[in-house]
Amino acid sequence: MRILHLAEEEFGGWLSVPTMNYVAELLNIQPIEVYEVATFYTMFNIEKPGNVVLEVCRTGPCMLVGSDNIIEYIEKKLDIKVGGTSADGMFTLKTAECLGACGYGPMLQCGKHYHEHLTPEKVDSLLDTLRKEHSTSSN
Amino acid sequence: MGRKLLLEHADVPGIETYEVYRKHGGYRSVEKALKTMSPQNVVEEVQASGLRGRGGAGFPTGMKWSFLAKPEGVPRYLLCNADESEPGTFKDRYLMEKIPHLLVEGMITSSYALGCNQSYIYIRGEYMWVLEIVEKAIAEAYANGFLGKNILGSGYDLDLAIAPGGGAYICGEETALIESLEGKRGNPRIKPPFPAVKGLWGCPTVVNNVETIAAVVPIVNEGGAEYAKIGIGKSTGTKLISACGNLVKPGVYEIDLGLSVEEFIYSDEWCGGIANGKKIKACVPGGSSVPILPANLITKNAEGTDRLMTYESLAEGGFASGSMLGSGGFIVFDEDQCIVRNTWNFARFYSHESCGQCSPCREGTGWMEKVLHRLENGKGNMRDIDLLAEINKKIEGNTICPLGDAAAWPVAAAIRHFRDEFEWHVTHPQEAQTRNFGIASHHMPLV
Repeated sequence: MRILHLAEEEFGGWLSVPTMNYVAELLNIQPIEVYEVATFYTMFNIEKPGNVVLEVCRTGPCMLVGSDNIIEYIEKKLDIKVGGTSADGMFTLKTAECLGACGYGPMLQCGKHYHEHLTPEKVDSLLDTLRKEHSTSSN
Repeated sequence: MGRKLLLEHADVPGIETYEVYRKHGGYRSVEKALKTMSPQNVVEEVQASGLRGRGGAGFPTGMKWSFLAKPEGVPRYLLCNADESEPGTFKDRYLMEKIPHLLVEGMITSSYALGCNQSYIYIRGEYMWVLEIVEKAIAEAYANGFLGKNILGSGYDLDLAIAPGGGAYICGEETALIESLEGKRGNPRIKPPFPAVKGLWGCPTVVNNVETIAAVVPIVNEGGAEYAKIGIGKSTGTKLISACGNLVKPGVYEIDLGLSVEEFIYSDEWCGGIANGKKIKACVPGGSSVPILPANLITKNAEGTDRLMTYESLAEGGFASGSMLGSGGFIVFDEDQCIVRNTWNFARFYSHESCGQCSPCREGTGWMEKVLHRLENGKGNMRDIDLLAEINKKIEGNTICPLGDAAAWPVAAAIRHFRDEFEWHVTHPQEAQTRNFGIASHHMPLV
């Protein structure tokens, strides 16, 4: 599992079939054994996402404090639906089940970081920062 | 002010480093256990403390430890369950983030008690930054001779490693956790054999929650009898409660078991009451899988006696009018929240997280979600409400692991206590639809 996390980090943020085959080869196991693990756990991306993946928590406690509004706001702003990637390939929006930040919602996860107590203003500034960071790093 | 055994030093600056933690009495329990106690002594102290598993089930920890099989020449493993994913629960994250050495210390002392030479902490994959914090703490423990070969010259060896999860709620179930740690899909195993006999790689294994392991530290330091003095009856010691929902002050609190629910919700020392001056409508006291309580049954039980924060008191009245302490994920709903909508939300969660191994759970959670979605959107009929109850009965008790029960209980309780609200959704389809926003209205169009 740790190897899959590493592989995902190394190979552009997702697990393609060749990547999974490579992992199987390294571990000396059948490729199918890697596929079944990779598809079971929601954290592994088996389709290529945008540069930045935003995962908004949609479960009960966050919903009570308005996660739906945040999801809707991001959708409008980036002109995408949940599961989609923005036209410039920058952002992918996903929803996640409980991320263990129930007391600090609404919240979203981006990479290894949590962003909590979200408001539309905070989302704006977060998206701006992320856009800047990722356009400079890819140049 | 409540007493704090676990979080006493949580706010000391730099407590996440070895030096500061040590200065505040850290690793005393390891010294005491390794130098002056036999492993059996430690187990006896934990038994005397009456400590119960803090992950949700509330099984006595000392008894769990005593079940561990000890065949000659076979390694034993202690696994720490840090896969906290129960909606409403975020206490373990808080503990590991703030005071990671407490968990490491607890792991060393507990591993010594159980005679394990290799232990693992299984952290949910989403907590990647927490994992890095704990990893650093482990490295410091190695550097200072509390882990590795011949700890403190006692001849006891222990290696401690971290394994990350991959985002699956089911891996909080102990046998699923073991499967996952072995690098497989997190499908729970059929019990028996229990992990105490055949667990990780077929060897005897104990799986404990983060908070349980942390609680071993004060138990060894102060003695089990001293720990047992806190609390009421069979609910001894302190408990971390993660309060969330419509509260003035959501957050993680360490309480003495036996505090009254009323005080916990309304006192300024704890949650400070309901946010925005609203009234309480309902409460889920132990994480999303336990039955929901309506306003009149939260602070008092059906007989009118005060409800306390203990395993027993919250369960008074059984499923008819009680609930459970569970994992301590305390979710509060204000008067404006829609119970049907919330029940649907939780049903969607369980449907998403079902591992797919047992048909009653795999199919049943999906059906419940669809029926609830229909009701919530004003497209349901009266029969749907009874249909839900029926699906419930078919899931409950018919699955390998408790996820099926966990999915069924909240729905059953919501219908039991808020049937009128479900009926309102049927009789007022137009209003039910217009009250919707966000996910329900456009991500999942009704087909």
